[in-house]
Amino acid sequence: MNSKYIAEDKLLILEITEEIDHHQAEKIRRKADDEITKFMPRKVILDFKDVTFMDSAGIGMVLGRYKMINMIGGKLEMENVSVPLKKIFDMSGITQICPIIS
Amino acid sequence: MKNIYENEMKLEFISKSNNEAFARISVATFAAQLDPTIEEIADIKTAVSEAVTNAIVHGYEDKEGVVKVICKITGNVITIEISDSGKGIEDIEKAKRPLYTSKPNLERSGMGFTIMENFMDEMNVESIVGLGTKVTMKKVIKKEEIKEEDIAEVLSQINNMN
Repeated sequence: MNSKYIAEDKLLILEITEEIDHHQAEKIRRKADDEITKFMPRKVILDFKDVTFMDSAGIGMVLGRYKMINMIGGKLEMENVSVPLKKIFDMSGITQICPIIS
Repeated sequence: MKNIYENEMKLEFISKSNNEAFARISVATFAAQLDPTIEEIADIKTAVSEAVTNAIVHGYEDKEGVVKVICKITGNVITIEISDSGKGIEDIEKAKRPLYTSKPNLERSGMGFTIMENFMDEMNVESIVGLGTKVTMKKVIKKEEIKEEDIAEVLSQINNMN
């Protein structure tokens, strides 16, 4: 996972590069939470551009980060969500609280 | 009568979470001989990943055990059977309910069975408490059948050209 912080916008962009399954989710979660606690951003964008596989572990991972960011008063958005990933997110209804912006 | 094409493979591995990727990639590679679309392959990989994760996380609860995967191809249908000898499921209907998870603290979404049901054409769960769980899934690879009369037509055209 790569991260970019844009200080003037208090925006944290987390580019996920791993396949998101139960095995990898733990690692992604730990890194994401470290970055969020470090920067305390107002908005977090999860970028799925380089994600070649995701199962339901992705739903749990996004929901967990949403709860954390919500607690510090920030927003979570998702971008570059491919068709197979969107199929999984739509099934869970999570896109109603974490919108897909592109 | 032409024979129906058949093939079969078996995998056995210990319940380590990094085998989730190994299992779904192996099954997808085996399924490739049916010439599925990219979407059909993605559906199969996701469903296999869900079933194998369930075996590891719930069946064995991160203790070591063996996960078995059997894949059979009959015509254009792939049947995938994923089983464990773990603790079993007490209430299968409850476990299958969308968003239900017995482990909410692990950020599990409770969508595993829902995804398997939606991404495959058939899904069946058998479980005996204390003995283990077996998930059987089927997917029809919807490629267009080449009709015998089409082949005859092409052959006659070639003959006419000569």
